[in-house]
Amino acid sequence: MRGVCPRRPWESFVELLSGAEILVRCLQEEGVDVVFGYPGGAVLHIYDALFQQDKVKHVLVRHEQGATHMADGYARATGRTGVVLVTSGPGATNAVTGIATAYMDSIPMVVFTGQVPLQLIGNDAFQEVDNIGITRPCVKHNFLVKDVRDIADTVKKAFYLASTGRPGPVVVDIPKNITDPKVKVPFEYPKEIALRSYNPTVKGHTGQIKKAVDLILSAKRPMIYTGGGVVLGRASEQLTQFTRKLNYPITQTLMGLGAYPASDRQFVGMLGMHGTYEANMGMHHCDVLIAIGARFDDRVTGNLEKFCPTARIVHVDVDPASISKNVKVDVPIVGQVGEVLTEMMRIMEHEGRAPDAESIAAWWSQIEEWRGLDCMKYQWSDEVIKPQYVVQKLWEVTGGDAYVTSDVGQHQMWAAQYYPFDKPNRWINSGGLGTMGFGLPAALGVKMAFPEAEVACVTGEGSIQMNIQELSTALQYHLPVKVVSLNNRYLGMVRQWQEFFYSGRYAMSYMEALPDFVKLAESYGHVGMLIDKPADVEGALREAFKLRDRLVFMDFRTDPTENVYPMVPAGAGLNEMILV
Amino acid sequence: MRHIISVLMENESGALSRVAGLFSARGYNIESLTVAPTNDETLSRMTIVTRGDDQIIEQIVKQLNKLIDVVKVQDIQETPHIERELMLIKLQATGEQRDEVFRLTEIFRGQILDVTDSSYVVQMTGPGHRLDAFIEAVGSIPVIEMARTGALGLSRGARGMHV
Repeated sequence: MRGVCPRRPWESFVELLSGAEILVRCLQEEGVDVVFGYPGGAVLHIYDALFQQDKVKHVLVRHEQGATHMADGYARATGRTGVVLVTSGPGATNAVTGIATAYMDSIPMVVFTGQVPLQLIGNDAFQEVDNIGITRPCVKHNFLVKDVRDIADTVKKAFYLASTGRPGPVVVDIPKNITDPKVKVPFEYPKEIALRSYNPTVKGHTGQIKKAVDLILSAKRPMIYTGGGVVLGRASEQLTQFTRKLNYPITQTLMGLGAYPASDRQFVGMLGMHGTYEANMGMHHCDVLIAIGARFDDRVTGNLEKFCPTARIVHVDVDPASISKNVKVDVPIVGQVGEVLTEMMRIMEHEGRAPDAESIAAWWSQIEEWRGLDCMKYQWSDEVIKPQYVVQKLWEVTGGDAYVTSDVGQHQMWAAQYYPFDKPNRWINSGGLGTMGFGLPAALGVKMAFPEAEVACVTGEGSIQMNIQELSTALQYHLPVKVVSLNNRYLGMVRQWQEFFYSGRYAMSYMEALPDFVKLAESYGHVGMLIDKPADVEGALREAFKLRDRLVFMDFRTDPTENVYPMVPAGAGLNEMILV
Repeated sequence: MRHIISVLMENESGALSRVAGLFSARGYNIESLTVAPTNDETLSRMTIVTRGDDQIIEQIVKQLNKLIDVVKVQDIQETPHIERELMLIKLQATGEQRDEVFRLTEIFRGQILDVTDSSYVVQMTGPGHRLDAFIEAVGSIPVIEMARTGALGLSRGARGMHV
């Protein structure tokens, strides 16, 4: 270990700080207001430096997976980069699920992991694990810091990489000796950073944009299909203008919801496996598909051979590797979605061109006919609570303006289907990785960012138990979110597939030995409610949201046999839906 | 179809495993992979031989470009290019085999680097298919061991891949 470096003449102008102090100063310079983390041996120097300042708050979680989901929820709601600090070994491995979750949904996140001292790396030291190796396949990039003088540059690079281009998580692995308080070096935070191998495209290619405009305006049966890229690219306003200007129908992926107001007539609902009839039929029969910030995921396309058989496709995305990965497109445009949409509108306006109104009107009447089928209707019951009804009432009670996080499974689909989002960044769920246990910590991250906003976590009795320990974090930091648990005593989505595709052999999908969630919530210091009658749903929700400063856990006993409809079975085309 | 892809990347520890990891994670095939530093000490150059249809090769090039450590990628199959590989092969050589190996090495313009009373080590360079042809020509003569570098490639003409 090195001692204090000798002071050189030029160093009298700059501060001398330890690695730990430098790291904390870097966070301040990046405007980080909160770090989600859990201390341990390898990061004690960093925690000591964090303790001695008050610009960056720290939220102590109960499990490192919770820290990553909180930072993730924070990032999805604010658009800013979420920050995590965990220790080496198990601290880092526990964070991996959350890092992979963020990676699959392209969420900007910087995760600092402790590491054993440099000289011990490779020795199977206590709490040593190869963080760089373990996280490599699920990060945008990762760094091992080998010199205290590299910390500032590395942190700057990490934030730059995480938040630009197609965003994603970046891991910075810091050996303990690098943060030694006794080793002080000059600190200066770099103002700019340049990476010769990383230059994300901003503006789309002009020629391609012109070609796209020609194709878009030639459409007789157009569909606009948008994904999470529009939310991440903060291009909701441009998308709304573009869509209204054209009067084309628009559908969105699970990740894209809210980027275009769901209450608007032109919105035909979500598409894909549990999309609406009108959205999926529209996709199947369209002649021009305008894909924006979406990646043709298998849950969206269904059987690729049957996907959009009559369409010519325009695809706008910031990531060139997303283009023509699953579906070959006709007009690819690499660029930021907002920039490209603005440029398209400028060209249309400049050249005074508009779509073929007559064809579009005919197309709309076809779409309205499909919409008339009312594919989202469900059977009402006076006896048993229908999960869809709970979500509808949640929407009413919150005025459609809450931040809604979800876990993964049937409840996630119902939340997406029955809570129409009119604003971006309000719908927060693990779409790509499908991580159960995401909802509660994500909700806490959102509440950290927006203490005044209503935040609801729609979950199920399966998912909630995967990170239920964070109820304790919620009490400590006073994060009064509302937990809406649709408790059907089954791993519902598993049960649904077993009913449809395994002749009703319900292998291990029944949740035996459930805890008393009301008592559980109470023992964590929160309010618990059990609701088992349809007539009580609305009243319970109103009461819960009136308790503004309390976390309320609502245990709704819902219909155990309810299924998510419509459904495109795996291997089918989008026009081959199972309706109720 | 077989493609030779050249990659210029940051000469940093871990860069190789990012590329190797990408190929295994996405199920791309690697026929050979070779890497060494270049005249610019901050860069190393990797040559990957892979197989795939146009769509897969396009994805491989895009995914390689996405790696932060990767500075430049070129599918040199698309341009006129030179391809060379080095092989060291140790053959059993006793009795008549000694003349036969010696003769074949001459024909294929290889060199004998090591001689014992029962073996030869032959060095052979050339495009991969020529090395394959030598192995085939050796026929029934037992191969004791061999090592191949995998292909290297450069485009023809005055222009080159640089930063």
